[in-house]
Amino acid sequence: MSILGTRVVRTEDPRLLTAGGTYVDDLRVPELAQAARATFVRSPVAHAAITGIDVSAAKEAPGVVAVLTVADMDDLPPPPPDSGLTGTEGAPLPLGGIWSEPLLAVDRVRFAGEPVAVVITDDRYQGEDAAELVSVDYDPLPAVVGFEGALSGDSLLFPAAGSNVACATGTPADTAAFDGCDVVVEREIVNQRLAPVPLEGRATAARWADGKLTVWLSTQNAQIARFILAGVLGLDPANVRVVAPDVGGGFGAKIGADRDALIVAWAAKHTGRALRWAETRSENMLGMTHGRAQRHVVKIGGTRDGRILAYRLEIVQDTGAYPRMGGFLPFLTSLMAAGPYDIGHVETAYQVVVTNATPISAYRGAGRPEATAAIERAVDLFATGIGMDPAEVRRINLIPADKFPFTSPSGATYDTGAYVEALDKVLAGAGYAELRAEQARRRERGDVQQLGIGVASYVEITAADADGGETARLVVHDDGTATVYSGSSAHGQGHDTAWAMLVEAELGIKMSKVTVIHGDTDLVPAGIGTHASRSLQLGGVAVQKAAVEVKEQARKVAADLLEASEDDLELDLDRGVWQVRGDPASSRTWAQVAAHAGDAGLAADVNYTQGKPTFPFGTHLAVTEVDTETGKARLIRHVTVDDAGTVLSPVLVEGQRHGGIAQGVAQALLEEMVYDPDGNPVTGTLVDYAIVTATELPSFELLTSETPATINPLGAKGIGEAGTIGATPATQNSVIDAVSHLGVRHIDMPLTPARVWAAIGAAAEKGMAR
Amino acid sequence: MIPAPFIYKRASSVDEAVDLAAQAGEDGKFLAGGHSLMPLMKLRLAVPETLIDIGRLGDLSYVREDDGHIAVGALTTHDELARSAKLGSELPLLAHAAGQVGDPQVRHCGTIGGSLAHADPAADLPAVALALDATFRTRGPSGNRDIAAGDFFLGLFETALQPGELLTEIRIPKPQSAGWSFQKFTKRGIDWAIVGVAVQGANVALVNMAATPVRAAAVEGALAAGAGPRAAAAHAAEGTSPPDDLNGPRPYREHLARVLVGRALEESAARA
Amino acid sequence: MKVTVSVNGKQIAAEVADRTLLVHFLRDVAGLTATNVGCDTSSCGACTVLLNGRSVKSCTVLAAQADGREVTTVEGLSGDSEELHPVQRAFRAEHGLQCGFCTPGMVMASVSLLAENPSPTEDEVRTALEGNLCRCTGYHNIVRAVLAAASEGRLS
Repeated sequence: MSILGTRVVRTEDPRLLTAGGTYVDDLRVPELAQAARATFVRSPVAHAAITGIDVSAAKEAPGVVAVLTVADMDDLPPPPPDSGLTGTEGAPLPLGGIWSEPLLAVDRVRFAGEPVAVVITDDRYQGEDAAELVSVDYDPLPAVVGFEGALSGDSLLFPAAGSNVACATGTPADTAAFDGCDVVVEREIVNQRLAPVPLEGRATAARWADGKLTVWLSTQNAQIARFILAGVLGLDPANVRVVAPDVGGGFGAKIGADRDALIVAWAAKHTGRALRWAETRSENMLGMTHGRAQRHVVKIGGTRDGRILAYRLEIVQDTGAYPRMGGFLPFLTSLMAAGPYDIGHVETAYQVVVTNATPISAYRGAGRPEATAAIERAVDLFATGIGMDPAEVRRINLIPADKFPFTSPSGATYDTGAYVEALDKVLAGAGYAELRAEQARRRERGDVQQLGIGVASYVEITAADADGGETARLVVHDDGTATVYSGSSAHGQGHDTAWAMLVEAELGIKMSKVTVIHGDTDLVPAGIGTHASRSLQLGGVAVQKAAVEVKEQARKVAADLLEASEDDLELDLDRGVWQVRGDPASSRTWAQVAAHAGDAGLAADVNYTQGKPTFPFGTHLAVTEVDTETGKARLIRHVTVDDAGTVLSPVLVEGQRHGGIAQGVAQALLEEMVYDPDGNPVTGTLVDYAIVTATELPSFELLTSETPATINPLGAKGIGEAGTIGATPATQNSVIDAVSHLGVRHIDMPLTPARVWAAIGAAAEKGMAR
Repeated sequence: MIPAPFIYKRASSVDEAVDLAAQAGEDGKFLAGGHSLMPLMKLRLAVPETLIDIGRLGDLSYVREDDGHIAVGALTTHDELARSAKLGSELPLLAHAAGQVGDPQVRHCGTIGGSLAHADPAADLPAVALALDATFRTRGPSGNRDIAAGDFFLGLFETALQPGELLTEIRIPKPQSAGWSFQKFTKRGIDWAIVGVAVQGANVALVNMAATPVRAAAVEGALAAGAGPRAAAAHAAEGTSPPDDLNGPRPYREHLARVLVGRALEESAARA
Repeated sequence: MKVTVSVNGKQIAAEVADRTLLVHFLRDVAGLTATNVGCDTSSCGACTVLLNGRSVKSCTVLAAQADGREVTTVEGLSGDSEELHPVQRAFRAEHGLQCGFCTPGMVMASVSLLAENPSPTEDEVRTALEGNLCRCTGYHNIVRAVLAAASEGRLS
């Protein structure tokens, strides 16, 4: 029986549980033995001209090696010519030209937390002391805060641009499509700005020696980081090595190498000292990119018997101070706008605006949670508008199983799906009818604690950048062990375990004898890394294909070793030996076969792409209890189907679902990055930025569903972001549902007690309770 | 996240602590459990030049009966308070509230004296001390004195303690009524109270409804005049000035105060 | 000042700045890097160790406060034994970790919890871990791990 699909504990864990992981700040390698510390001086204000920087006092502080500002950056190559990107190409690339982002701030700061100077000291404690002594003169400029602030253009981040709109595109509005609907609902909703908060912040160490740069980086993509570093620093990539040791979470915000990492790498060259940097959490809250921050106008129309005919989604994407991803995020939101529904007429449009806040980039789901949150709210609003049960409205409109592959009006072709089945499974698993009955009883009694049931169905796009493919090299050594060199780059996902499972399944080499290496460009020169939920379907398949190639090489070698014909040989997977079919006594071990392979050895290099993305899907159902006197909502149950095709490792998939659900629920109920009208961050520490703890969550109820992908041999789609995408709207819908009998129709996230209470009060004032 | 440099001194007796504080002058601070002070120092919002560590004054950690009072040593940790069998039976309000402070790690270190001296209006124990009509015993350069809780909390992070004066004991009269309740309203379990209510008999104190913990005098007056729990609770916001912040505008906190006082009074009545 | 701390049973003595945080003493002086720093407001618990047997956030304790006392970190949990501590075993068996950054603190907080409450309910586990943040696991399997370790403790 194959090990694939079975419950296997992780190979990573013994080390992580005893000695602990080795994250960048844990490194005790000889190359960094004499490393100095980098401490950033960051702008405390959101928008200002820099009129002077005085480093004289800082330079005299104990332990200071150097204090660097933009004035010292005269040893960088000129930036590349303007790429000419408009931002609407659907590429996750920064807009250059007018919108360019410097390394250390030049003459202007555009977000609180922007790096202005960097202090190099012998140790970390001295660094914090010396950084306080750097004196920067700021001439404040009016801050651009929020969507309206940006659109008004009253203050401009980039005066040469003439507006704060970095790019825009969309389908023109067609009112005729809505005119034919019995019911049309239109609503403005906000998908709020979030901070990714991986437990390990950003960290970089860098050393130049003999014309080569080595950077140890907490990154999801060592190879991409290498290219970025080489490009910005004017180096041949062959002279740059990037090493990602253990990485303490990324969630999309550690893709590649960011601005601050580049500054550290440059500063190491400039000072001639190896350098280390590990940000504090306060720096992380402002210096690491944020996520989401879209404002939507949803317009949904359909018939009285539940058929949705038309949907329009207008997006304003707040991209923060610099458009680091062009229009990529709202492009994905637009692509997935119609969700899992068969809607005849779909329109989307987006604008990307800059504001004096931390730049936005990918955060678990990256544009797709926004799409799902919008349409799932719209569907509930439509359901209320026609007086139909929201689960029933979904069932009527979900794309039926016999219509796949299905191309949505916004241009996404969903590969395989069983959407109605997923919905029904969740409703049955949750006991939907009994939940509605309990809700009715509480409403009848006028209980203070009301029950809310929220449903969300979703489809999402994984491996959106499938074109880039993924690499795997597999070597079987003459001691019978094997090494996988993977372009994927786990930062908690457990690839070491999954890739070892694949090798054992294909070759019969036990997992305990398989070593997985990733994240070091000297050892894995080519690869993309881990994001967009691409790793199993691209990186894992690459490993499997490499194993298949090695098996065929080994067959030839074993045939020679056993002096038999290849057709007469079999690989006994249970015992991990090659033998003449039916003659166990003839068996040879992998060690023997590998040794016999001579100088060529047993090794295969694969660069694989399936060419297209895949589309996992599911349904989430959240049950919340809302205290109608205080507004406090408590999640008491969360039931899901998250179907990402064939499951290789149930343990790993469950873990991804759990983590995704928790982040999704947290967006609905707790988290928001808030800025005051002057652009000062209000939620800049973990005291005020409320990430979810164990106390606020129940155990989750995960139901199984496997509808295989057909475009790769593992039948795999991506599971990493699906949980987040489904959980947010289910939870939001649930809380609103709990108080809908009091006349509440919508509450923007996060649904804090104060907001829920305010919504109840506002509905009461309008006399909307029924 | 690193405190500014300071000089560390360790006291091995209360007298020594007071002497060291006198030498350190205005820029000296006592360090007990450190879980109010250290977070401020790490963000450099507090930059004392001298820290006098009193954490090893084991003589100041106790819960005992003394002349119709319960006497609690100032260095008793929140965890010790929560587990104390004596408090559990004599002062369940204090035991229960102490068990709600922060999280287990905080409770293993933080002390009742440290929390009271820090005087954060959003903290739990200052309001509890008010509701219990506590008296605080101190030792300073000029000797011992007793300060009534009602006279102790002067303003935001401001107490009646003089520079170099050390809180040594909290004395609480044994309550006449068995009724008590502690209502701490938060978004998450680890959060500071958005609003909190401490009730002991007919005494009602509020957390985070002003720059200091306050007694809900109008509620107490209504109760004395015979009002029931919910009717009395309607007065909960009178005389308060709650913050307007991320967790809610002023009217919301005033509303919460009314709701929570009502619930606290009902729960207390059920226990009485 | 000179500070001497017994760390995982071994005396570590060093001359350190008065303001040295215990977490940095453990990581940089004792060379035990499993204990991590995840925040600067004493919120996340990644730095949790045992001080005289009780869980504390080592980023909020001065090395000076641990002078002459005993600290246990996750590296010292299984003592001299080859075998993992029941809590470590349970975390592995239940997939209670993903990136591993919060794990040392989470494990030590769990050890402390079970020392004080050997038979916790699920709610009690969740409340007891409120000072330990995890961004990867959603806590579901962490809770299962603690309950499994508790169960094993009752059987042995």
